[in-house]
Amino acid sequence: MKILVAVKRVIDYNVKIRVKADYSDVDLSNVKMAMNPFCEIAVEEAVRLKEKGVATEVVAVSVGPKAAQEQLRTALALGADRAIHIETNERAESLAVAKLLAKVVDEEHPGLVILGKQAIDTDNNQTGQMLAALTNLPQGTFASEVTVDGDKVNVTREIDGGLQTIALTLPAIVTTDLRLNEPRYAKLPDIMKAKKKPMSVKTPADYGVEMASKVSLLKVESPTERKGGIKVASVDELIDKLKNEAKVL
Amino acid sequence: MSILVLADLHEDQLTGATAHVVAAAQLIQNNTGGNIDVLVAGEGIQAAAEAAAKLDGVTKVRLADNAVYANQLAEPLGALLVELANDYTHVLASTTTTGKNVLPRLAALKDVSQLSDIIAVDSADTFKRPIYAGNAIATVKSGDALKVITVRSTGFEAVGANGSASVETVDTVVGNRQSSFVKAELAQSDRPELSAAKVVISGGRGMGSGENFKLLNGIADKLGAAIGASRAAVDAGFVPNDMQVGQTGKIVAPDLYIAVGISGAIQHLAGMKDSKVIVAVNKDDEAPIFQVADYGLVGDLFEILPELELRL
Ligand SMILES: Cc1cc2nc3c(=O)[nH]c(=O)nc-3n(C[C@H](O)[C@H](O)[C@H](O)COP(=O)(O)OP(=O)(O)OC[C@H]3O[C@@H](n4cnc5c(N)ncnc54)[C@H](O)[C@@H]3O)c2cc1C
Ligand SMILES: Nc1ncnc2c1ncn2[C@@H]1O[C@H](COP(=O)(O)O)[C@@H](O)[C@H]1O
Repeated sequence: MKILVAVKRVIDYNVKIRVKADYSDVDLSNVKMAMNPFCEIAVEEAVRLKEKGVATEVVAVSVGPKAAQEQLRTALALGADRAIHIETNERAESLAVAKLLAKVVDEEHPGLVILGKQAIDTDNNQTGQMLAALTNLPQGTFASEVTVDGDKVNVTREIDGGLQTIALTLPAIVTTDLRLNEPRYAKLPDIMKAKKKPMSVKTPADYGVEMASKVSLLKVESPTERKGGIKVASVDELIDKLKNEAKVL
Repeated sequence: MSILVLADLHEDQLTGATAHVVAAAQLIQNNTGGNIDVLVAGEGIQAAAEAAAKLDGVTKVRLADNAVYANQLAEPLGALLVELANDYTHVLASTTTTGKNVLPRLAALKDVSQLSDIIAVDSADTFKRPIYAGNAIATVKSGDALKVITVRSTGFEAVGANGSASVETVDTVVGNRQSSFVKAELAQSDRPELSAAKVVISGGRGMGSGENFKLLNGIADKLGAAIGASRAAVDAGFVPNDMQVGQTGKIVAPDLYIAVGISGAIQHLAGMKDSKVIVAVNKDDEAPIFQVADYGLVGDLFEILPELELRL
């Protein structure tokens, strides 16, 4: 079975972002970029399935600017076998990405497609579900456990009320939640080896997909900042403040 | 020019989230006119439909009660929404795991974008939504004929429940050979729902163990609070995942949020910084949580919690 993993290049999760002075967008110049944390979990899961003998090949895909090849190289260093870079400098909205991934699914016929549940820049949480709808494949979102069993996969999902387990026919689409696994770090020899692994470069036009979206970004602002308050010296003072000043008790 | 709201259910009952989504729908309706219908889909969900019919502002409830919709599996529910969406200009759901799971399917099949997690309605086509873990607020305008939107509960005051909408049965039944329900392990708790509670007390890695989380119980009892947690506490196995507050957990905005043994990472703050009053208890007086706390108490939580319970 072949596994396709989708990885997105995003701002490093530790970086505190700034809004541009003209409110047109977030300022990403000279900001540390990385693989979306949920995509790291997706790559890790795919590689583990290969190590267990369930998968035979892991293919990583990313849609984005040339620099997204850095994240694809990371995926290769973590154990993916080859990569597909779909190069575009346009804003890659979830719907367009899902359409591109659907084309790749058509070409590659993976048994499983693993995506992150959410990109930490747009916080959209859409692409996997859209891909499932477009390919007419079943979906297991927010997965904390994935067990392939013959021509089925059982997915345990983190839902608001607890956990839900569903069974899906293969091929299927899975999106990762945080507790699915703990991604490994790439070792230096693997990073060296990754440089020689194959990467094909395509464009959205090669797949006949339009990147344009009907959603326009009018403005990006900073949220109203919370001001830090005071330190209280004792439990008694805390209770007094909550009762008499904040009036929440 | 009507709006369809997908009702959010938990164990076949209507959750509090739906009343917030209807509130957002009313703000859109102020611009467009038209009806607000609520779709309640599942199996054995008559009570939920009746509860939805009471929500202020609802024109009618559309009830799809069939085994294929049980547990709100994404494939049949998405297909049902695609069938019904033709009657509407907007389809809204809450940013709960059900809304997030199913709404993008509708958007994709209608070839439109989805606007996720809106916190404000500027007009019928322009909305505000947080991005980058809430560290920026984007104003976005949709030119799509159908607007598919998920709604963050804390952005909209819930509507009341004094209405009496009609309930109409939807006969559409779709097939589903692709996915099936195996089991659910749902948290059982007598405490208020985390995202609806007026007071939330959350523990972090500093709690040290699941056993120690019991130190929060007495305080939660006295305050009528829900208990939450940081991701580190969930990852360490202290408490289950449904208690996680943050960018990728639940978003809460209670009147009072008490963070205990939580450092205050960006991702945690994203889930609670809109709380009215924030209290932090931490032994490290430089912990970032103090930068957002109205009242900070520096010290050992194992001493502070018992004292707090006693004094309340
Ligand atoms: C993609 C992504 C998504 C994430 N999403 C979330 C999310 O939704 N929610 C979330 O919470 N995190 C999330 N995180 C994790 C986040 O980055 C932090 O790692 C996490 O919030 C830290 O949890 P913590 O504050 O409990 O632990 P720590 O950072 O380890 O802090 C523990 C605190 O307890 C204090 N302490 C220890 N002992 C005591 C004591 N005896 N008395 C008083 N204080 C004590 C310490 O001083 C310290 O400040 C996410 C991370 C990533 C990468
Ligand atoms: N530009 C992209 N390239 C590759 N994968 C993507 C891209 N955008 C989103 N994805 C995948 O979809 C997941 C969810 O993203 P989103 O729905 O945009 O929040 C990510 O974790 C990726 O796995």
